[in-house]
Amino acid sequence: MRLRINPITETPAVKFTLLGIGLLYIALFLVLPVVAVFNEALRKGFGAYFVAISDPIALSAIKLTFITAAIAVPANLIFGVAASWAVAKFDFRGKSFLITLIDLPFSVSPVVSGLVYVLLFGAQGLVGPWLQAHDIQIVFAVPGIVLATIFVTFPFVARELIPLMQEQGTEEEEAARSLGADGWQTFFRVTLPNIKWGLLYGVLLCNARAMGEFGAVSVVSGKIRGLTNTMPLHVEILYNEYNMVAAFAVASLLASLALVTLVAKGLLEWRYGHELGVART
Amino acid sequence: MGRRILSSSIRTFSWRTPSVLPGFGITMGFTLVYLGLLVLLPLAALILKAAGFTWAEFWDVVTAPRALAAYRLSFGAAFIAAAINIVFGVLVAWVLTRYQFPFKRFLDGLVDLPFALPTAVAGIALAALFAPNGWIGSILLPMGIKVAYTPLGVVVALTFIGLPFVVRTVQPVLQDLDKEVEEAAASLGASRAATFRRVILPVILPAAVTGFALAFARAVGEYGSVIFIAGNLPMKSEIVPLLIVIKLEQFDYRGAAAIGTAMLFVAFVLLLIINLLQRWSRNRMGGM
Repeated sequence: MRLRINPITETPAVKFTLLGIGLLYIALFLVLPVVAVFNEALRKGFGAYFVAISDPIALSAIKLTFITAAIAVPANLIFGVAASWAVAKFDFRGKSFLITLIDLPFSVSPVVSGLVYVLLFGAQGLVGPWLQAHDIQIVFAVPGIVLATIFVTFPFVARELIPLMQEQGTEEEEAARSLGADGWQTFFRVTLPNIKWGLLYGVLLCNARAMGEFGAVSVVSGKIRGLTNTMPLHVEILYNEYNMVAAFAVASLLASLALVTLVAKGLLEWRYGHELGVART
Repeated sequence: MGRRILSSSIRTFSWRTPSVLPGFGITMGFTLVYLGLLVLLPLAALILKAAGFTWAEFWDVVTAPRALAAYRLSFGAAFIAAAINIVFGVLVAWVLTRYQFPFKRFLDGLVDLPFALPTAVAGIALAALFAPNGWIGSILLPMGIKVAYTPLGVVVALTFIGLPFVVRTVQPVLQDLDKEVEEAAASLGASRAATFRRVILPVILPAAVTGFALAFARAVGEYGSVIFIAGNLPMKSEIVPLLIVIKLEQFDYRGAAAIGTAMLFVAFVLLLIINLLQRWSRNRMGGM
């Protein structure tokens, strides 16, 4: 009798070939780049590494990155909650169009995301002359960096919360209202506990992008050392000066942030997957 | 009481269905103002700036030889990268849903790395790997393959950036796929390969194509991960976003706006296509 092959699984040869190719692809494109960052950063030992990341200009870039995220993330958090309340808890015409508009910044090239603010607030921009007359600097200064960061991270919280809140419906909130809760009580005691993990998930992704954004910020920054350089921009400058250890040292901090984000994201999906909405289970 | 019923029955004819929940006005108002000021107004500024050109001037700028070469590279490399990812993305999604192996959960999470890793970091890491003296570059060089500082480098960077899309669109479809369908196909005498081609592939195809389109759309506008590994030579290895940056650095704001508007138009078209693909994908999944 011929060897019977289980008809709904592949032969071991096929299975191990697929597994091998898949793992090789992941190793080549995902594991190696991260290993390379830390390897290059530590090429001249830990001493050189710590010198590079404690350099005053690097520290000011780290500080600006944190300031930027500290403004952009809460701004988009408030927007995300407000937008998803309006979109998910009410029915109105043009809803899907509004959702498309909210998602729009994700389809725009990062460079164009920065360019639009230069064209609006720059010296040759629409309101540029007025800003100059009033001595307000937005582009090539911190406000421009914050605005460009808000633009590129705009949809993160909203797109996480809208499907989640739509799925949860309005019954619990209606019950709270009929029992006499006011609007804020309804939100903080009923809605927020239901969406907190989804909210955290959105904030996590929003923050990772806000701290790591390069293209949009590079266009509006002007790249003034110690003043308008975020960490990713500082990496670029060091790299272009062939200061590889320092460039990869700062890059390793950003890579660590990415890895921490992935671990936290994985934990949220694993522990609270069912509370993150249909898309995440 | 009577008046309340009357007023609520009148409101049914308005643009929104009435609700007992409060806060629609303020949240919707805030949403529209925030969206308008931070997204729509700046985008309008871009189009207004480009509108400073006449049609003929605009056309000359967006179809200049250097711009055409940049489109060819950006779209061509984005297409090749998305094509690589549709093949390997389906394969990786299959491996992650169907097989058991050590560190599976870790590797599954790692698939999202290109979303989380800042693009500049990805750019310098890939450049270091694929440089002639890098870990991969030094293996490829004796074979006569140069990746870093060539258009091939652009493909590598865009492949990295687009990696999660196909995996993440196909994975849930494979998870939901009913084993019974495969068993039925097998019991009717289909070989494993035929089952995959005739039963599994048609189900995952819409999701895979959606992932392809998402990866392509992302890759067309990508900047940070590309500029470190591409040679950035005009007409040869210069991507469209870089051309915009160069025009800005030369204070050619209108030229930058014109190319930016062309890119925005492409982004809109891709967004439309992706929405249609997602609808197709959902319809396919609807019966399951």
